[in-house]
Amino acid sequence: MIRFSHVTKEYPRTGVALNNASFHVAKGEFAFLTGPSGAGKSTILKLVYMEERPTSGEVRVGGMRSSDIKRREIPKLRRRLGIVFQDFRLLEDRTAEQNIAFALEVTGTPREAIPPKVGRLLTQVGLASKGTSLPRELSGGEQQRVAIARALVNDPVLLIADEPSGNLDERATRGIFQLLRDINASGTAVLMATHNLELVRRSEYRVIEVNRGQIVFDSAEPRPDQPPPAAV
Amino acid sequence: MRLTLREVSLGLRRAPLLSVLSVLTIAFSLFAFGLFGLVALNVSEALKRVEERVEIRAFIADGAPIEAVSAAVGDIASFPEVARVDIITPEQALARARKEMGEFQDVFDAAVLPASLEIRLKPGYRDPRTVRAVAERVKTYSFVDDVRYGEEWVQKLYNIRNIAGATGLVLGIAFAGVAVIIIGSTIRMTVLARAREISIMRLVGATDAFVRLPFLVDGFVKGVVGGLLALAMAWIAYRLIDQTLGIDSTFFQSGSAALGVVAGGVIGLLGSALSVGRHLRDV
Repeated sequence: MIRFSHVTKEYPRTGVALNNASFHVAKGEFAFLTGPSGAGKSTILKLVYMEERPTSGEVRVGGMRSSDIKRREIPKLRRRLGIVFQDFRLLEDRTAEQNIAFALEVTGTPREAIPPKVGRLLTQVGLASKGTSLPRELSGGEQQRVAIARALVNDPVLLIADEPSGNLDERATRGIFQLLRDINASGTAVLMATHNLELVRRSEYRVIEVNRGQIVFDSAEPRPDQPPPAAV
Repeated sequence: MRLTLREVSLGLRRAPLLSVLSVLTIAFSLFAFGLFGLVALNVSEALKRVEERVEIRAFIADGAPIEAVSAAVGDIASFPEVARVDIITPEQALARARKEMGEFQDVFDAAVLPASLEIRLKPGYRDPRTVRAVAERVKTYSFVDDVRYGEEWVQKLYNIRNIAGATGLVLGIAFAGVAVIIIGSTIRMTVLARAREISIMRLVGATDAFVRLPFLVDGFVKGVVGGLLALAMAWIAYRLIDQTLGIDSTFFQSGSAALGVVAGGVIGLLGSALSVGRHLRDV
C-alpha cells in the first residue's frame, strides 16, 4: 500500500525534515506514526498524499511512484485516499451534508448518487441527525466525524489522519479512534499520526516512531537493542 | 458547469464587498484606459481631418491645349495613390481666393490667377514621400508650369502623426499593463480569500482544471461587468466634456465599445488564470 525506500526530504529553508526513511505499510493495515512535534510525521504524510516529493529516494502509494507521477495524476491518487486533519478543514459556511457532498461533487459523482451516499456516510460516522448543522453548531468530535465522512466519500483504500484527535477531549478522542478502527476493520488501511501515546499504548496496532527526521522505531521490525513500548 | 456556476454565485454572495470592490477596481482601471482611448481616438480623428487637406496643386500653363489637360486628368486619376482630380478654372480660383483671403476682395479679373489641377490623395498615401513622388510625376506633363503641395507642412503633419501614434501605442500598452496588474491583484485577493476551499478541493482529488474553472468564470464575469461600468463612465465623461467645453468630439463606435467590454472580460479571465495558476503552483 505504502512503501518508503530511502526517502530523504530536505526543505531549502529549514533543512532536512526526513532522512533516509524506509518502511512499508500493507493493504488493510493500521499503523500509528508517533514522535515529538517537528519530528517529521507530517512530512511523511505529505509525502504519502504527494503534496511533497522526496528530495531523494522513492515513495510508492497504491502503485503510484513519486519518481514518475505527473502533477495531473495526483488527483487520481487522492481520490483513492482519505485525508483527515487536526483542524478538520471543513467549509464553515456549508452544512455537514454540503461539506460531504462537496467532496463528491468535485470528484465528478453523478448528481443523483450524491444524497444517498451522503446519508450513508453520515450514518456511518454517527451523525445521521446532524446533516443540516453548520460546523460551528457541532462539537469538535462531531466536526471531526464530518471530516472523516468526507474522507470516506471515494471509498479510499488508505485513510491518512494527521493528529485527528489533537483538538479533542478524551471522550471524543476515544470515539474518533473507535470510528477509525471500524473503518480499518472494513478493509481500509489507516496511517495515523498522533502525539497521544496513551492511545497508542492501549491499542495493538503497529507503531512507527519518528524523531529528528529519522525512523527510530518500527514495531513491525523490532530491534534487539530497543524493545517496543510496553503496551504494544 | 452547473457546479461551477453555483460556486461562482456562492463566491459572490459570500464576499459581496470583495466582489463589488473587484468589479469597481476593474471598472476604474478600464475607465482610465478608456479615457486614454477616447483622447487617442479624438487626436487621431483630428489628424485625419487635417490630413484630408493634403493636396497637390499643379498650375497649368497659359494656352495649354484643353484636350491634353483632359487626357492628363484621366491619366492622373488612374494613379493608385490618387483619390480625385479636379480642374480649377481661373474663375473658380478667384472665387475661392476672394472667399478665403481678404486681399482678393477687390480683384475681379480672373486672368490674374492660373488654372490648376487639384489632386487629392487616398488615405494611406499622404506621407511626404508619396506626396513628393506623385508631385514629381505630375510635373512631367508638358503643360504643367509648377507643382505645389506644401512640402514642409506635409512633413510636419507626418511627424506629428508619427509622434502621436508612437505615444499612443506606448501609453496604451502602459495603461493596459497597469490595468492587467491591478485586475490580477484584485482577483488574487479573491483567490486568497478562498484558499481554504481550494486546499480542500485539492485534498479530495479535484483536478487543477476543476479548481480553476470557477475562478476563470468569476474573473470573466467581473471583467465584463467592470467593462460595462467603465464604458458607462467613459460615455458620461465624454458627454460632460462635449457639453461643457463644446468640443466636437467623437465617442467609440458600437463595435469598438463592445470590443472594450469583451477586452474587460478577457483581462479578467487572464488575471484570474494567472492568479489561480500561481496559487495552485505555490500550494
